[in-house]
Amino acid sequence: MQALLPYLYAFLVGGALCLIGQILIDRTALTPARILSGYVVAGVLLGALGWYQPLIDFAGAGATVPLTGFGSLLARGVREAVAEKGLLGVLTGGLTEGAAGIAAAIFFSVLAALVFRSRDQS
Amino acid sequence: MGKTPKEYNKMLRESSPPSQSAKTLPMAFLVGGLICVVGQALTDWYGSLGLTKDEAGAWCSVTLVLLSVVTTGLGWYQKLARKAGAGTLVPITGFANAMSSPAIEFKSEGFVLGLAAKLFVIAGPVVVYGTVASILYGLVLVIFGLA
Repeated sequence: MQALLPYLYAFLVGGALCLIGQILIDRTALTPARILSGYVVAGVLLGALGWYQPLIDFAGAGATVPLTGFGSLLARGVREAVAEKGLLGVLTGGLTEGAAGIAAAIFFSVLAALVFRSRDQS
Repeated sequence: MGKTPKEYNKMLRESSPPSQSAKTLPMAFLVGGLICVVGQALTDWYGSLGLTKDEAGAWCSVTLVLLSVVTTGLGWYQKLARKAGAGTLVPITGFANAMSSPAIEFKSEGFVLGLAAKLFVIAGPVVVYGTVASILYGLVLVIFGLA
């Protein structure tokens, strides 16, 4: 049972972060683009304040897979890059840390656009 | 048979179907949670192959992005998204879906202003504001000498 606990925590925290997003969609006029942008910025802010790392320690992928986790990754990248390179790190830290996810999404999306045909969206 | 507005509202509430939220909220929680469980399983598996925590996390993200793009191409992700709402939007798979879906759809409008430009229609703002926020944080660290 003990081995399954991390999965339970990942489920609960990840689910809760998505639940908050759904409440925002149902109660406000926020579009998906605004929700995603808001989550990333919130993640940078929470990461900068040092509040997101405890959530990652507790819930693992439940905290890193939602886009707030991507934001906190950018914050960590900047913090480490500034410590290493100073002012230049301000510019390089965020995108360097997020590069794997962004580059993968770009590359796979282009491949998918070449392979798959558009289908009826209705 | 006169009814007060209060009674009328009560009648209306009882006879109308449950609000959409009653369905969307549990589905968002369930599907979003399950995507994170898949992420946890992937991270643990990459960790067991000898990767560091950071490397395992990055490969987990890349794998989830790949799964999202493939299921988007097959039309499955959109079907799930219609039921799960934010449960499929908030995880990194939603970010990948937001890139691959318009890329596939707008390929017909050309490879530059169709595929490549529309690929960033939702992901662009995410990258822009994430980068700006991280730069502001970096400036705070430099100015106050915190790093």
